[in-house]
Amino acid sequence: MSAQNQSGWPLWEVFIRSKQGLDHKHAGSLHAADAAMAIENARDVYTRRMEGVSIWVVESKYIHASIAEESSSLYDPANDKVYRHPTFYELPDELKNM
Amino acid sequence: MSSYSQAVSLLLHLADNALILGHRNSEWTGHGPVLEQDIAISNIALDLVGQSRNFYQYAAEKINSENPEYKMTEDGLAYFRDAWDFKNCLLVEQTNGDWAKTILRQFLFSNHQYLLYDALMSSKDEQIAAISEKSLKETTYHLRWSSEWVIRLGDGTEESHDRMLNAIADLWKFTGEFFIATNYELAVKKNAIGIDPSALKARWQEKLESVFTEATLPIPAQDAPMLTKASGKTGAHTEALGFILSEMQFLQRAYPGGMW
Repeated sequence: MSAQNQSGWPLWEVFIRSKQGLDHKHAGSLHAADAAMAIENARDVYTRRMEGVSIWVVESKYIHASIAEESSSLYDPANDKVYRHPTFYELPDELKNM
Repeated sequence: MSSYSQAVSLLLHLADNALILGHRNSEWTGHGPVLEQDIAISNIALDLVGQSRNFYQYAAEKINSENPEYKMTEDGLAYFRDAWDFKNCLLVEQTNGDWAKTILRQFLFSNHQYLLYDALMSSKDEQIAAISEKSLKETTYHLRWSSEWVIRLGDGTEESHDRMLNAIADLWKFTGEFFIATNYELAVKKNAIGIDPSALKARWQEKLESVFTEATLPIPAQDAPMLTKASGKTGAHTEALGFILSEMQFLQRAYPGGMW
């Protein structure tokens, strides 16, 4: 989707928290002239089937994302550092259900 | 088939308002100026048709309890009455025009419908109170959505402002009908089932002025052209309703009892 539609309305990313959820999940994006309209549009477009109880909207330009080409240097090193995981503790039997 | 009780007339007035405006709004489906607004106006149309169903079902129940031989249904009321039996106000049957006219029509109507449902929540008739309470949540959103659009278009570009001025010139004259009580409204007010609509005028005007002021739109003068009769509410409609009904009722009348 383009960053601006033909009327010059910016693009907004929509995050919705459902009744059973604890976190806002990305639901999609839409164009709107301002924040109030973005929230109403999100309500109209993304909560028709009662998916949500809370809406966050953020202009897409304010979301900064990591670049795919850099993922090997960003994420791979963590894969083989087993000492960072708390797996070497022995729990006494009394705490079995922890 | 028009010797209905006064309470049924009130129910039909409430149902017809919602059905006709719902139908008008649905004419935008697939033709909205922007995708999200196409969905928004279609949602509003669905809300309104849903409200009308509640009132029609209750009206059919009441009609059948008084005249069981009629075997009336919600479809019978929606699809088989002629224009002179419809009790919607004239505002809701007006053509959609451009987006500004549709927005203004919605704002003027939802402002009224909000106050009406709010008052009817105290009706002595439990069913009317319940339907009003449920519908009020939808209407609260319709009023908020349309108010914000009136402000954006009024206080927008020169073109959007002009279009809003044209919309006001077209629609203002119909707003007087909201506050003129018909015989059936006065009759149901006596037993606290309904209300006298003239009591809503002050708050309606207050909300209107606050939104118009923020929208930099002029508030029409007291002596602006205005309906002085409860025309649509008593079955005297503009030609627009005939066109609506011929489209809306065609299928049921051509294939009575037809189902999906």
